[in-house]
Amino acid sequence: MLELLLKGRPRFYLWMGFLASVVGLGAIVYIFQLIYGLQLTGMSRNVSWGFYISQFTYFVGVAASAVMLVLPAYFHHYTKFKRIIIFGEFMAVGAVIMCMLFIVVDLGQPQRVLNVLLHPTPNSVMFWDMTVLSGYLLLNLVIGWTTLECERHNVNPPAWIKPLVYLSVFWAFSIHTVTAFLYAGLPGRHYWLTAIMAARFLASAFCSGPAILLLLLLVVRKCTDFDPGKEAMKTLSTIITYAMCINVFFYLLELFTAYYSGIPGHQHPISFLFSGHDGHMAWVNGWMWTAAIFAIASLALLVPPQLRYNDKLLPLALIMLVIASWIDKGLGLLIGGFTPTPFETVTIYTPTFVEILVGLGIYGIGALIISALWKIAMDVKKERGTFELQN
Amino acid sequence: MKKTRRDFLKIAGLSAFALGSAAAMGPAGALAASGGEGRYITSPKELKSKRWVMVIDTRRFTAPQDFQTVIDACHSEHNVPSIPGDQEIKWIWTDTFPHAFPDEAHQYLPDRVINGNFLLLCNQCENPPCVRVCPTGATFRNEANGIVVMDPHRCIGCRFCMAGCPYGSRSFNFQDPQPHIKNINPAYPARTRGVVEKCTFCPERLAAGKLPACVEASKGAILFGDLNDPNSSVRKALASNLTIQRKASLGTGPSVYYII
Repeated sequence: MLELLLKGRPRFYLWMGFLASVVGLGAIVYIFQLIYGLQLTGMSRNVSWGFYISQFTYFVGVAASAVMLVLPAYFHHYTKFKRIIIFGEFMAVGAVIMCMLFIVVDLGQPQRVLNVLLHPTPNSVMFWDMTVLSGYLLLNLVIGWTTLECERHNVNPPAWIKPLVYLSVFWAFSIHTVTAFLYAGLPGRHYWLTAIMAARFLASAFCSGPAILLLLLLVVRKCTDFDPGKEAMKTLSTIITYAMCINVFFYLLELFTAYYSGIPGHQHPISFLFSGHDGHMAWVNGWMWTAAIFAIASLALLVPPQLRYNDKLLPLALIMLVIASWIDKGLGLLIGGFTPTPFETVTIYTPTFVEILVGLGIYGIGALIISALWKIAMDVKKERGTFELQN
Repeated sequence: MKKTRRDFLKIAGLSAFALGSAAAMGPAGALAASGGEGRYITSPKELKSKRWVMVIDTRRFTAPQDFQTVIDACHSEHNVPSIPGDQEIKWIWTDTFPHAFPDEAHQYLPDRVINGNFLLLCNQCENPPCVRVCPTGATFRNEANGIVVMDPHRCIGCRFCMAGCPYGSRSFNFQDPQPHIKNINPAYPARTRGVVEKCTFCPERLAAGKLPACVEASKGAILFGDLNDPNSSVRKALASNLTIQRKASLGTGPSVYYII
């Protein structure tokens, strides 16, 4: 099916060329990081993880969110999703590859990454994270590619695909649970040492991932004639709304425990994120308040059905939701985990341009993969005549 | 050393010959060529203990010199670079009481305590979180003597151990450390960029029958001994003084005790 990539409108290649140049820029900056080491990042002895690991965490969530299409379609036979499932699966493929790249660029000795497999250590959550992520990539590639190929040849998918699909549902929950365990099992990091971390991760993944998917589908609808279907979009936006409500609720639970218990260790990271320290504002404060306001505003636009199903307002609500969840997980999670330090002091972390450009390059790779796979999927649907929305 | 093409061809030829002949001799030949299976031999001089612990008598550290001597002894012996700023490397250093013992601190402590400095280093935990999280086994606990060591050649630089350590005892080589080492000690390996390092309780000195560098330099202000031996100096010190550990409530089982 790869040959379908060879036939496209000029603006498809223009888009791919643009992405390739972003990737190229990121790659050049990464070469500098390889030469000079991680000193080019804003990380330090006290804040030893930063932008890279937080992006990794965020995109594990995006990858896991494919399950929000697969589960209703396969467990509840919700047929309206069947047309767009492939887009969720292929988005997961792109997202997992981004996750893996974010891990690799964060390593001090990237050429030794295979040591994780050469010296497997089951007591390390990182080992399990690598295992479940590779498995999830394989599952989505195999399931997505096989079902699409069957659709192209107008045959039913092979019988073995169904158990794999069911497995992928549980696997999706596992990847984000294991990612949460990276954080939630560390003694002495108050912001992370919380039993609700995995649940929070899943809730934030299941609102932000489908929101990104829905936004991308809206873009696709604008650029091509592909229509995801009104019903499917309505259901997806309802799923997003419920997940976002749970996500915000879980965050409020954290606030209650920290502030009602009165335990300083539990309060310090949250207080730092929203109000800085010793009367000094930190740059992250503005971001955190933006996240809080956007989260509430997105809910205000999503909860009432007449607003949620409004085609004009929906994209705005989704964009605010994605920004809010990205700040919470892509900035606040890591900064709050390392601040205050184990010495109850504050070391400010600010990502450098190197980190942001390398990150952009990886975003570009993800967009490149998703664009290519989505184009193949749409061309197959055109060939088969399933491109147009039926009934 | 300058390599000419002639040298390269010579080495390549020799290597090919060695590989070929080893293969021809089979596994037995290869074994014989490498001198048989490796064995670990310990020196008869080695200081032995089932569980090394350290007791720091903080009353004897008063002047800045007292700390500096100890820190310099460690850092110069182990090629620890002096890198300014937040990306520094340190194996043993000082900090204030509220920073070192946040759970124990209150503002009405004696002046000597609340305004004093305290030596901080890896706690060589009995139940080390850094070892639990390391994805490659690059940091591990030597069960024979309880020391948590690092294999810098296996470390991939993921820094999970730094997130896991509740004592901030680990440093990452954000840059090549070698230009920042004043006098390189050729007897101890220097690390490369991109790996994590920390205090190791000097197993290389213990193997040669010497006490750790900081203990030796402290002139008796730091005691080092076997926690399992009731007659050891550390057990006597623990029995006759009130001592505290850093963040003992986390269940890590720190091996560094402080006489306050």
